[in-house]
Amino acid sequence: MNRSKRIKVVLAKPGLDGHDQGAKVVVRALMDAGFEVIYTGLRQTPEAIARIALDEDADVIALSSMAGSHLPICRKLEPLLEQAGLGDKLWIIGGNLPAQDHEALRALGFKGIFPSSSRLGDIVNFIRTNAP
Amino acid sequence: MKPKDLPERELRPVANESGIEVKPLYTAADVEASGDTGMIGLPGEYPFTRGIHSLMYRKQPWTMRQYTGFGNAADTNQRFHYLIANGQTGLNVAFDLPTQCGMDSDDPQAEGEVGRVGMAVDTLRDFEIAFEGVDLERITVSLTINGAAAILIAMYLAMAEKRGYDLAKLRGTAQNDILKEFVGRGTWVYPVGPSIRLVGDTIEYCAKHAPKYSPVSVCGYHIRESGADPAQEMAYALCIAKAYADDVIGRGLPVDEFAGRLSFNFNCFGSLFEQVAKFRAGRGLWAKIMKERYGATKPGSMWMRMIAGGGGGGLTFEQPELNIVRGAYYALICALAGTQTMALCCYDEAYTIPSEYAQRISLRTMQLLIEEMGLADTVDPLGGSYYVETLTNQMRSRMEGIMAEVDAQGGIVKLIAEGAIQAKVSAQAYRRQREIEEGIFRKVGVNCYRTEDKTPEMEFHPYKEEDAREQIQSLGRVRTERDAGRVQAALARVQTDARSGANLMPAIMEAIKAYASVGEITGVLVGVFGRYREPVRF
Repeated sequence: MNRSKRIKVVLAKPGLDGHDQGAKVVVRALMDAGFEVIYTGLRQTPEAIARIALDEDADVIALSSMAGSHLPICRKLEPLLEQAGLGDKLWIIGGNLPAQDHEALRALGFKGIFPSSSRLGDIVNFIRTNAP
Repeated sequence: MKPKDLPERELRPVANESGIEVKPLYTAADVEASGDTGMIGLPGEYPFTRGIHSLMYRKQPWTMRQYTGFGNAADTNQRFHYLIANGQTGLNVAFDLPTQCGMDSDDPQAEGEVGRVGMAVDTLRDFEIAFEGVDLERITVSLTINGAAAILIAMYLAMAEKRGYDLAKLRGTAQNDILKEFVGRGTWVYPVGPSIRLVGDTIEYCAKHAPKYSPVSVCGYHIRESGADPAQEMAYALCIAKAYADDVIGRGLPVDEFAGRLSFNFNCFGSLFEQVAKFRAGRGLWAKIMKERYGATKPGSMWMRMIAGGGGGGLTFEQPELNIVRGAYYALICALAGTQTMALCCYDEAYTIPSEYAQRISLRTMQLLIEEMGLADTVDPLGGSYYVETLTNQMRSRMEGIMAEVDAQGGIVKLIAEGAIQAKVSAQAYRRQREIEEGIFRKVGVNCYRTEDKTPEMEFHPYKEEDAREQIQSLGRVRTERDAGRVQAALARVQTDARSGANLMPAIMEAIKAYASVGEITGVLVGVFGRYREPVRF
C-alpha cells in the first residue's frame, strides 16, 4: 500500500491494571519502526480510549492488558469504537491473554492478538500489513 | 595474580547486568583492591553486610509468606488457612485493583475487576472475615497495598484491636511504598507530594501507637521489573527510603524512633552471585547511611530487614515448568543472601493466579532448603568467597555512584515526579527485550533450547462474576447497617485534617471503625489533594 502519511497508533492501558513495562516497550518498538505513537498512560476507560482514538485520527487502536479483565473491557469498548466510526481501523490487543479467550476477542473485532511472549517484530509487521 | 594456564585473550568477555566485569578467577588480591574491606565485618554487627543477626537462620529460619488473595474475603480466608496448614509462617495479602486504587466494589470503574487479581475489600467487615481464625501473634500479616495504604493499615489495626490484640505488641507489614508505584506497578491515587505525606503519616502514627508494626516496605522489586539493573534497583530503593526518612525527620521524630520499622522488598532474578552481592552490598550501605547520614545509634535502625524471593521478570511463559526450577534457584539466592522473609513466584504465575498446587510447590521449595539442603545451618555461607566479597564491594560502589547521580540531578522525588526514572528504566527494558529477541541475552526456552512439545495443562484460576455481585450486595448491607451520622462526622474530620496538615491516621482510624468504605475515604482525600497525572515521557 502506498501511504501518504505515517501510520498512527493509539496505544492504551485500559482498566485499572498498572503493569506498563510491556506497553512501554511496545511503544518504543513502534516508534523505532517509524510509526507515530500516542501512549495514553494508565487507567483509561473505554469511553476515554474511543475519544482519544477519534481525536487523534488513529489508524491503529492497540490495547495492553495484563490483569485479566480484557474481555469485559473489550466488550464495552467495541460498541463505542463502532459508534465513533472507528470500525474500519485496525484493533489489536496484547498482554496476558489466555488462548481460550482469543476467539472471543477476534469475534469482538480484534484482528491482532499478541499474548505474552509475542515478538516485537511480529507486532510491527502485523501493523504494517494490516493498518488501513 | 593471573590464572596461569588460561589463554585470557581468547576468553569471551563477561559483564554482569549491573555492568561490572566478571573475571574468570578471584583471589585475595581482588578483594583487597575492590574497596573498603572494613565493610565486611561480622553478622549481627555494624555494617551488617553479612546479616543483621549474629545467628540468622540457625536461630530462626526465614518467614515463608506466599502472596495470596482473590475473590472475596471468605475465599481468601480459606486459602490462608490452607497455606498455614501446610507450614506457611506468615501471610502476604493480594488485593484486587479497585481496592488498590482506592475504589469501592460498586464504583463504575471497578466493573469487571472486583476480586479478580486479589481480594476485594470495601470496609472493616471484609477484614474481619478475611482474618477470621488467624492467630495474628503467631502469623504476621503483610499487606501489599500502596495507593490506599493508609486506609488499609488503619483497617488492619482496627480489626486487630477489635479482636483484643494490643497494638503496642502487634507485628505486621504494609508495602506502602508509593514512590515506586509511580515507577512501576501503578496503583497511585494522589499527586506525589500528598502521597509522600501519607506515607510519613503512617510511619509517624505507627511509631507512636503500633511500634512493632512495619508501616513501609521499600521496594526495589518493581523498579527492577520495570527495567532497572540490580545495582539501580538497590540504589533507587535506598534513595526512596531516604525520602521517607527525611519526611518523618522533618516532622521532628528522632531517627531511632522509626527507622527500625522500615523494611525492604527486593527482586532476585539474574546471576546468582550478582544477586547475593547486591543484597550484601545494600545491607552494608543502608547501615552506613543510617549511621553516618542520619546519626542513628540503635542497631535496629541500621538493619535492612527484607522480603525477597520473587522474580517475575525472570520467569517465562515458554516451558513454564522451568519456572519451578528458577523458583528453587531464587530461593537459594535469597537464603544465601540472608533475607528475613521469602515469597516465591509460582510456576503458573506467568499465566494465572497461582493454584493451591503451585503454591504448595513454592512452599515446599523453601522447606526443602531448610530441611534437606542445610541452608539454615550456617550464617552467610558465601562470606569470605574472594569472588562474592569482591563483587559485594564493587556493587556497593556502583550503588553509591548511582545514588550520587540521583542527588546531583535534584533527588529521587523530583526525578520520579518528572518521569525521568520511568523513562530511563523503560528504555533499558526495551533494550533488554531486543537483546532477548536477537538471542544476545540468553533465556532458556525463549531464545535457546526451545521445544515444540506441548506445555503441560495449566489450571486457570476461575473468575466468579457472582463473587463481585455478592461483594457489592454486602457493601450495600454495611452501608444500611452502620451509623450514618458517625460516618459523616468521621469523613468530615478526614477532610479537615487533610486540609490542615495534621496526621491523617487518627481521623482515618475513626472513619474505618465507623465502617466508612475505602472509596468514601479516598474520595474525601482526592477532593483535597487531587489526583496524580502521569507524566508520559519516552
